[in-house]
This record gives sequence, structure tokens and C-alpha cells, in this order.
Amino acid sequence: MTGHIHGTDVDVSRDLLGAIGGVPTPPTDMVVDATDVNKWFGKLHVLRDVTLTVKRKEVVVVLGPSGSGKTTFIRCVNHLEKIQSGRIFVNGHLIGYRDVNGKLVEDKEANIARQRQEIGMVFQRFNLFPHKTALENIIEAPIQVRGTPKDEAIEMGRALLTRVGLAVKEQSYPSQLSGGQQQRVAIARALAMKPALMLFDEPTSALDPEMIGEVLEVMKELAREGMTMIVVTHEMGFAKEVADRVVMMDEGVVVEEGTPEHFFTNPTHERTKSFLSKIL
Amino acid sequence: MKFDPAEFLNFTFTWRDVLIGAIVTTLLMAVVAQIIGVLLGLIAALAGRSRNPLVKAISVIYVWFFRGTPVLVQIYLLYFGLPYLLGIDPFPKQYGSLPELIGGGFVAVTLALGVNEGAYMSEIIRAGILSVDSGQAEAAKSLGMTPRKTMQRIVLPQALRVIVPPLGNEFNNMIKTTSLASVVGVTELVLLAQNRYGATFQPFEPLLGICVFYLAMTTIWGIIQGRIERRLGAGTRSEDVPGFWSRMTGAGRGRQGDTGGVR
Repeated sequence: MTGHIHGTDVDVSRDLLGAIGGVPTPPTDMVVDATDVNKWFGKLHVLRDVTLTVKRKEVVVVLGPSGSGKTTFIRCVNHLEKIQSGRIFVNGHLIGYRDVNGKLVEDKEANIARQRQEIGMVFQRFNLFPHKTALENIIEAPIQVRGTPKDEAIEMGRALLTRVGLAVKEQSYPSQLSGGQQQRVAIARALAMKPALMLFDEPTSALDPEMIGEVLEVMKELAREGMTMIVVTHEMGFAKEVADRVVMMDEGVVVEEGTPEHFFTNPTHERTKSFLSKIL
Repeated sequence: MKFDPAEFLNFTFTWRDVLIGAIVTTLLMAVVAQIIGVLLGLIAALAGRSRNPLVKAISVIYVWFFRGTPVLVQIYLLYFGLPYLLGIDPFPKQYGSLPELIGGGFVAVTLALGVNEGAYMSEIIRAGILSVDSGQAEAAKSLGMTPRKTMQRIVLPQALRVIVPPLGNEFNNMIKTTSLASVVGVTELVLLAQNRYGATFQPFEPLLGICVFYLAMTTIWGIIQGRIERRLGAGTRSEDVPGFWSRMTGAGRGRQGDTGGVR
């Protein structure tokens, strides 16, 4: 299909996940199960008893002012940040730690790496590998981590690039691509690992306005096809249209959570009301 | 005028075994010592990032000691100190049937220069690793790469762009620092010149002669270095790599340039 929201004319194919052999099925019905997560940066208490669950095929959008802890929280979900207490289970595994008599002991790097293979992440600043072409960015992890044969990885990488509308850019280096194009390659790179869960950390915040649409279009297609996703964003249109559930965070606390209808028409908390009134 | 052109030309351009031997010795010491330095530097740089405090401490002490004492003293410590400590001489004049060129002095000096160089390379490699945006390692980890794979495949290749220019400088220095081997009787270029003027009492001509050889070696290396840097610069603008003359003379370098957009 061709998306025209935000004025884009980028072709995003139906059946995006067909490129990786269909929707990866999370092994457990509860894909993310976080309970009472606490995190401090030094003296700063950035996550306070955060409890959040994400079910299979659910799209959860996390909103909140900057400094509310939303980015920190999703970085904890794949253990890019340590936590000091609480438990985060992803795909049925305690993430980043072993539970030794109720105490959190950091897991071995190899185990953490294995868990991360099932969790895709898209960053605000894309973080493509600048010394590799678009295609090489995508096939790197399948080959190096999953041991996928090179020709198979290339075939999958090309299919992914085609479906995010970048077939002609496979030999381009990141520095030769626009922000929107880089972010679409970054999404394709994460998908190439066939993750059961995708994390999006403000994926459009570093983009020029005219490029936001093309990235959102890819994300919407993923959601439609049944990818399980947590999305930290300021794009209210995306939240309204795509989210199954919206979570509002402020000062490290989950303030309110509910369906988009509830959230945008009838929020209960004062904090949510004032936040929404400022950005809508 | 005392300069004797005939002696200068004779010393410099008469190809003879001792001259070729001295050039080979100089180059071989420089190359092997630099390779040792790069390997030790890489190990020390990675050890310096270790979570294990003991490993980290060893790296810190190594860099501290070898950057903080004169390399000439380090050569003496190894060449005279090790036989004294061990009670046997690990640096005999000749090793069995190996060519005389690769004798004890050669081995001791090459080792000392290599270990010394490792301390400097460690700092250069450390800086190179730090120059890579932390988002790169995070992206690699998020794809399930282990720290080792992340370093090998993502961080080090990008760090290379920052490491190679100073590495080239280090090697240029290394070619000249091999001259210290003359103090323990290794017949490299300086000792060759000394032997000559010990007999002729004309020091200027052979000393000028060996300058020709040092200049030839460093100049050729400068050209090679430029080629390597240009190849590593794939994806960046070519103006960032200095040309031949600016490399040789330093003119026009150190300009505050555009760093080349978002990476």
C-alpha cells in the first residue's frame, strides 16, 4: 500500500513480515511481564514500582513528558539498563538476571545476549552501522548471531528492504540515506532477527517532519500484521490509531493506563489531562 | 670546506652487504616491534576496560611504567638485567644456525621497543574505542551480539579510522627509534655510520648518508599510510585525508574541519 499520512508516498508492502517467514510467535501468551521495577541513577529514582504487561500481538504505546522514565523502562526490557529491584520477564525468561533466593544477580553476558536475540529494538538515533551498507546492516546479526547461511540472509535482507520501500538503496551507506530511510533500514535490521517483541524508543523524534510519516507507516503495518510492540512516542495520531493500550508515565510512575478511547476522551488523572492538553 | 662529497657518495650509494644488512635490520626491528606493540596495545586497551579489577590494574601499571620511563633504560634493563636475573644469557651473539643479523641484541631491542610501544598503542586504541558512539555497541547488543562480537565486528572496525593515523605516526617514530639498538651493538644504520667514521675520522658524511636512508624509509611509509587512510575513509569525504606534501611537512594539518555529518 501507499501511505499518505504526513504526506508520504513511500511504498510499504502488505505482508511485511512475509519477508521473515511470517509473524514470529512469542513462546508465551504474556510477552512482557514487569512487576514492581525500581531503578535509580545514583540518587535519582527514575522508575518507581513500575508494573506493566504486554500480551501476544498487543501494541502498547507509552506516553509521558521527558524525564518520566519511559525510555529508561523500555531499555530495561532488553537489559540495556540495569534495575535495582523488581522482575522483568520477557518471553517467559527473567531478563538480565538470575533470581538467587529472591535476590537479583546479573546473568552471564552470553545468556543476556541470547535473550536479546528475541527482542528487536529501534532507537531514536537509528544507530545503523556506518561502515556497512544498508543490506550489510541487516544481514550482520542473522549471520553472526543466528548462523544463518549468507545467501539465505541476503535473500531475506533484500525482501525486507523491498518491503520497507528501499530495494534500490541496498548498496548505500547510512551516511547516504535520509533520516527516514535510515530508520526504515533500522527497523528491517531488527526484524531480520525474527524477534517475538519489538521495542521502539521514540523512533520518529530525531526525524524531520516530512519523514515521520514513512516510518510510522512501516510501524503501523507491523502492528496490523500482529507484531507485539512497545512504542515510546510523542505521536498521538499513532497512539490513537494503532495502540491497543496506552500507558501514561510521569516521574517514574505509571500514572494511568487504558484503551486509546478511554485515554484521549476520558482520562481520569489530572496529570494525564494536563499532559494531553499540552500536546494535543 | 671540509665536506668530502666523494666519501658521502661512496658511503651512501655503494651497495655492499653491510649496508643492506643494516637497512634490513632497521626495517625488521621496526616492523616486528610495531606488530608487538599493536598486539600488546590491543590487549592492554581491552584489559583496561575489563570488569575484573586485577586485570584492569595490570593494564594501568603496564602503561604507567612503560610510558613513564625512558625507552633506552628499558632496553638496558632487558638486555643487561634479564641475564643478570636469570643467571643465563637469553641474548647471545647468535642463536644456533639463525643468521647473525638476528642475534641477542636484535631480539632484546625489538622486544623492548615492542613492549614500550604497546603502552602507547594501548592509549591510542583506547581513544579509538571511546570515539565510537555508544549507540553502536547498544545496537549490536540489542541484536543479540555478545560483547566480544560487538567489539570485533562493530566497535573495532569503526575505531580503526581513529587509530590508524596516530598508528602511522608511531611507526614513523619506530623506524627512527631503532637507532637506539646501536648502543647494544646491533649493526643497524647508526652503528654502520659510527663504524665508518671510527675508521675515517670523517663523521659528517656517513651521518648525512644514513639520513638519506631514514628519509627514504619514512617517505615511503608516508605514501603507504596515505593509501591505507584513504581506503579506511570509505563513506567519508576524501578531503579529510591529508595529501602527500601536507603529510610529509605537516603544513595545513590540524585544521578544525567539519566532522562529516551524523554517523
